[in-house]
Amino acid sequence: MTEEIIIAGFGGQGILSMGKILAYAGMMQDKEVSWFPSYGPEMRGGTANVIVIISDERISSPILNQFDTAIILNQQSMDKFEDTIKKGGLLIYDPNGITRHPVRTDIDIYTIDAAYESSRMKSSKVFNMIVLGGFLKLKPLIDPEHMHLGLEKSLPSRHHNLIVENEKAIEKGKEIIMPKYLLN
Amino acid sequence: MSATKDIRLMKGNEAFAEGIIRAGCDGYFGYPITPQSEVLEYLSIQKTKERTGMVVLQAESEIASIHMVYGGAGCGKRVVTSSSSPGISLMQEGFSYLAGAELPCLLMNVVRGGPGLGTIQPSQSDYFQAVKGGGHGDYKMIVLAPASVQEMYDFTKLGFDLAFKYRTQVMILSDGAIGQMMEKVELDEQIPRLTDEEIIKKYPWVTTGKTSDRERNYITSLDLNPARHEILNRKFQAKFKKIEQNEVRFERIDCDDAEYLFVAYGSSARVCEKAVQLGRAKGIKIGLLRLITLFPFPYDEVARLAKQVEGILTIEMSAGQMIEDVRLGVNGAVQVEHFGRLGGIMPAPEEVLNVMEEKFIKTKVYA
Repeated sequence: MTEEIIIAGFGGQGILSMGKILAYAGMMQDKEVSWFPSYGPEMRGGTANVIVIISDERISSPILNQFDTAIILNQQSMDKFEDTIKKGGLLIYDPNGITRHPVRTDIDIYTIDAAYESSRMKSSKVFNMIVLGGFLKLKPLIDPEHMHLGLEKSLPSRHHNLIVENEKAIEKGKEIIMPKYLLN
Repeated sequence: MSATKDIRLMKGNEAFAEGIIRAGCDGYFGYPITPQSEVLEYLSIQKTKERTGMVVLQAESEIASIHMVYGGAGCGKRVVTSSSSPGISLMQEGFSYLAGAELPCLLMNVVRGGPGLGTIQPSQSDYFQAVKGGGHGDYKMIVLAPASVQEMYDFTKLGFDLAFKYRTQVMILSDGAIGQMMEKVELDEQIPRLTDEEIIKKYPWVTTGKTSDRERNYITSLDLNPARHEILNRKFQAKFKKIEQNEVRFERIDCDDAEYLFVAYGSSARVCEKAVQLGRAKGIKIGLLRLITLFPFPYDEVARLAKQVEGILTIEMSAGQMIEDVRLGVNGAVQVEHFGRLGGIMPAPEEVLNVMEEKFIKTKVYA
């Protein structure tokens, strides 16, 4: 098993930490993992992306231009990454703020209303965990026990009181993700 | 996961910083620069003074950093500096003096694109500077090229060992991709720092204060007597020769039956490893020679493979620097081509595979 994922959106949406939690959880489940960020003069409001690979085998290139899964959280990233998904691959996106919806017919497309749901949960910070939950529903690569360990490892201990809230958000994400054709 | 092993997810820069602490480092002197700033940041968070007694100091500049390294190394301490390309350029005078005084130390360059301030994105365009000597005079330093976060960690201990074995500088030539990415790292037990008594016993050349039972130790790169200075230079050359004989390191990936060969190091080698898999899935027998030491360069291994394969493609994030050493090793035995991306852009696996096919396979004339 090798899963090559790109997560892309605005800086400040928790893109890099979502990738880090996923990679850490993968590591706790004895997988090989890599986390490759776009780094540079990025800031809140700019674009950010991270490539996460989870595999049973040694990971060759941490840098890729084709992905099994793309998790896309703004329009710029949709424009840039829709075409980089492998045939038969998976696209997950939050329709909030998307003006041009994906058009490909050779991939599976799912939407997740994470921005809306996180405002209902009264915490914009769990937005990324809702999205991650949606991904894990479709690709259950990591079991909840190791997700818990991943959260424990990637959050500083002073924030460990937030783990329960994050896990609730992951569960919520699993509930609300839906195929794109059900949109509207 | 085994309970006894200490395994963490770390950035390359963090793994390097943790590596020097655990390898018994006495002092780190540096000045922040992207994309290696996490080194100083991590060392500061670790409170090394309390953890092992190691000194961590943010110097006023790169020039100050490298000369603090000179001072520490002269006392036989395990000392380190790191920077990224523009900062490493500033240190070149210090490198030359360290070579002239035969001082062991560990240096690390998280290469970014140049020339000048260039870009903060990854590059491999400092190969010539590291391998051919950026400072003045006839000197070499051992250059290690990590291709993973684990190697960013492992090469710290290896680097110190080689530095003291040969009384030479060792440079870890990394790049922005390896420095910034996170991977799994398996950590070792802490190696205790040497005491002053142990240093004096182990390294009789150090300047720790003259005692009545020995001659004065001098550490200098200056000798105005030409005859003596020639002897000294010949001694340096003999040392580099010995390093060339003993310390060549490389990894062969799918080379045994290879008909075409990538030669690469660092993050480019990771890209090539994927390209080898993609190529083999299409039935093309490709191998990868991954260089681990850039000096000493594995000329003999390149020469052996040149007799076996039908074409060699070097992949570097530069306009073609390492290819010169590959061609020296090949010595005309087979066609060698270069492909590289510049300006901080990393090549993709499909891209380098495509170049391999374009240059060697599609143009092949079948008898």
